[in-house]
Amino acid sequence: MSAFLAHLDTLLLWAFAGCAFVSAALMLVLRQPMRVAMALVSCMVFLGGVYGLLGLHFIAAFQVLIYVGAVMVFMVYAIMLLDPRDESAGEKYSKLLWPGIIGFALLAEALAVGYWNDLPHAPRGAAGEPFDLARFSQAFLSEYWLHFELTSVLLLAAVVAALAVIKENRRHDHG
Amino acid sequence: MDKVQMLQVLAASLFALGLTGVIIRRNVLVMLMCMELMLNGVNLSLATFAHTMGSAVGAVLVFLIFVVATAEIAIAIPIVLLLVRRKRTLDIESYSDLKG
Repeated sequence: MSAFLAHLDTLLLWAFAGCAFVSAALMLVLRQPMRVAMALVSCMVFLGGVYGLLGLHFIAAFQVLIYVGAVMVFMVYAIMLLDPRDESAGEKYSKLLWPGIIGFALLAEALAVGYWNDLPHAPRGAAGEPFDLARFSQAFLSEYWLHFELTSVLLLAAVVAALAVIKENRRHDHG
Repeated sequence: MDKVQMLQVLAASLFALGLTGVIIRRNVLVMLMCMELMLNGVNLSLATFAHTMGSAVGAVLVFLIFVVATAEIAIAIPIVLLLVRRKRTLDIESYSDLKG
C-alpha cells in the first residue's frame, strides 16, 4: 500500500496524460462542434492536472483560468451563436482526409523518434528543485520585461483589429 | 520511458493531432479549436522543459503563448462571424473564393 502511495503521483501523471491524449484524439472524430469544444476543455483540464503534478502550479492555475475560463467560454459562445445557421450539415472531413492522416503519421513518427533517441534524460538534481512563483515573477519582470511590454502591444493591436472588423461589418450592413 | 520523455511525446502528439485536425476538418470553428490544441502541445513541451531544466524561460514563454492564444481567438471569432454572415455556412470549402 505504501509503495502504491509512493508512486501515486507518477500513476496520476500517466493517467492525466492518457486522458489528455484520448480527448485530443476525440476532437478529430466527433462531429458536432460543441462536443469537440467539450473534448478540448477536458484535454485542457487534464493538461492543467499534468502541470500541477509537475509542480508548476501557477501555470496550472492560468491554464484553467485563461484557457478554459476565457478562451473556451468565448469559443462555446461563438458555437452557440453560429452553429444553428449552418444549414449544410455535410461531410465531416475535407478532401484532404487521407493526405492529412498520412502527414499525421509521418509527423508523429518523426517527432516521437526524435524525442526517443535524442532527448537527454532528466538531470535528477534539477528535476527535484522547487520552481516557485517568486523566482518566476522576478525573472518575468526583470529579465523579460521587454517581452511582457510587447505582449501588451500585441493585445492592444488585437483590440484595435477587433474594433476594425466590427466597424467594417457595420459599414457592410448599412451600405 | 521516463516522465520527461513521455510528456514530450505527448506534447508532440498533441501538436500533430491539432495539425491534422486543421487539415482534415471542414468546420471553421473546429479548425480554430484544433489550432488551440496545437498551442497546448507547445505549452506542454515548454512547461516540461522548464520543469526539467529548473529555469524560468520556459514558464515565461508559456505565459506569452497564453497571451497569443487569447489575441488569436479575439481576432479569429469576429472574422468567422463576418464570414458566416456573408456565406451562411461554417464549411471551409465554401470560402474558397478567399484564395488570392
